[in-house]
Amino acid sequence: MTRVLSGGLRRGVLGGAMGVVLGGILALSAASPALSVQPDEVLADPGLEHRARAISQELRCLVCQNQSIDDSNAPLARDLRLLVRDRLKAGDSDEKVMEFVTDRYGDYVLLRPPFKATTLVLWLGPFAVLALGAVGTFLFLRGRRGAAATADTAPLSADEQRRLDALLRKDD
Amino acid sequence: MRRLLYLLPFLLFIGVGVAFYLGFERDPRDIPSALIDKPAPVFELPPIEGLPASAGLSSARLTGDVTLVNVFASWCIPCKAEHPVITRLSREKGVTVFGINYKDKPEDARTWLSRNGDPYAAIGADQDGRVSIDWGVYGVPESYLIDRQGRIRFKHVGPLTPEVIDQQILPMVKHLRQG
Repeated sequence: MTRVLSGGLRRGVLGGAMGVVLGGILALSAASPALSVQPDEVLADPGLEHRARAISQELRCLVCQNQSIDDSNAPLARDLRLLVRDRLKAGDSDEKVMEFVTDRYGDYVLLRPPFKATTLVLWLGPFAVLALGAVGTFLFLRGRRGAAATADTAPLSADEQRRLDALLRKDD
Repeated sequence: MRRLLYLLPFLLFIGVGVAFYLGFERDPRDIPSALIDKPAPVFELPPIEGLPASAGLSSARLTGDVTLVNVFASWCIPCKAEHPVITRLSREKGVTVFGINYKDKPEDARTWLSRNGDPYAAIGADQDGRVSIDWGVYGVPESYLIDRQGRIRFKHVGPLTPEVIDQQILPMVKHLRQG
């Protein structure tokens, strides 16, 4: 601690070294998402390649399951990336490419599950639980207010009023 | 009555806990096939290079009788484990078994078949794995039961075991042969 504070020069050198290290880390982390896509897979047309990347990021790798095929190093992910690019080169629209893959692997390959009859519980479940909680809270609060009105805030009886007056007078 | 209401969150919690616990029993690798009850993909695969008396495999061969299509590779350890089971299914139970040799080197596949035996009526070599993608293959071994009209009726992911053969495959074969 004292050593670091002792000289401005030393700190300057340290700062420079830190800068290089940080720069290196930044450069590495910026490069890492592209590591799975091999150079030989990249399409010559940047527009098509951009679409291919976007589609690949939506498709689940079936081997690693929680990575997209764009992220995954699995051989099957590479095959699917090449397939996506082939379909695009053949002139398919993005939707057509997605359909091509889901026809073979089902909705499971979609990292964003579609909204349909079989996924109603998945999409609406959380809102149903929220609504249930809201209804429960409403009933609870209303019940408490009702109970308070009847038992706790009823006017004092004549006897209670007399005892209260007596206590208050004693305090003076 | 009121006390029961206070128990409700606790009971809900128990319910959710049991549901999640049962979830542990499920195999996340077992993904339902999108191709069940759909026609098998149209394909044409060449034979394994250098394998004598082999004509490859095409979708035309999958109609007529109930057949099993088995995706395998010489580099796949569970494939070796299921191989005797498939051999028994083909030689003793009289079910025609076709093979799709997935991303294999021809010489490796040939050595593997001569060492372990070749129970397949025909084998197609899928070198680049494209045809297997059409089948929805995501890991070898995988097996598909095809009915007489050439539709996929059942898929098994992972090595076939005698239990799967006896309890699932053979009853379905019997049922599909009648239909």
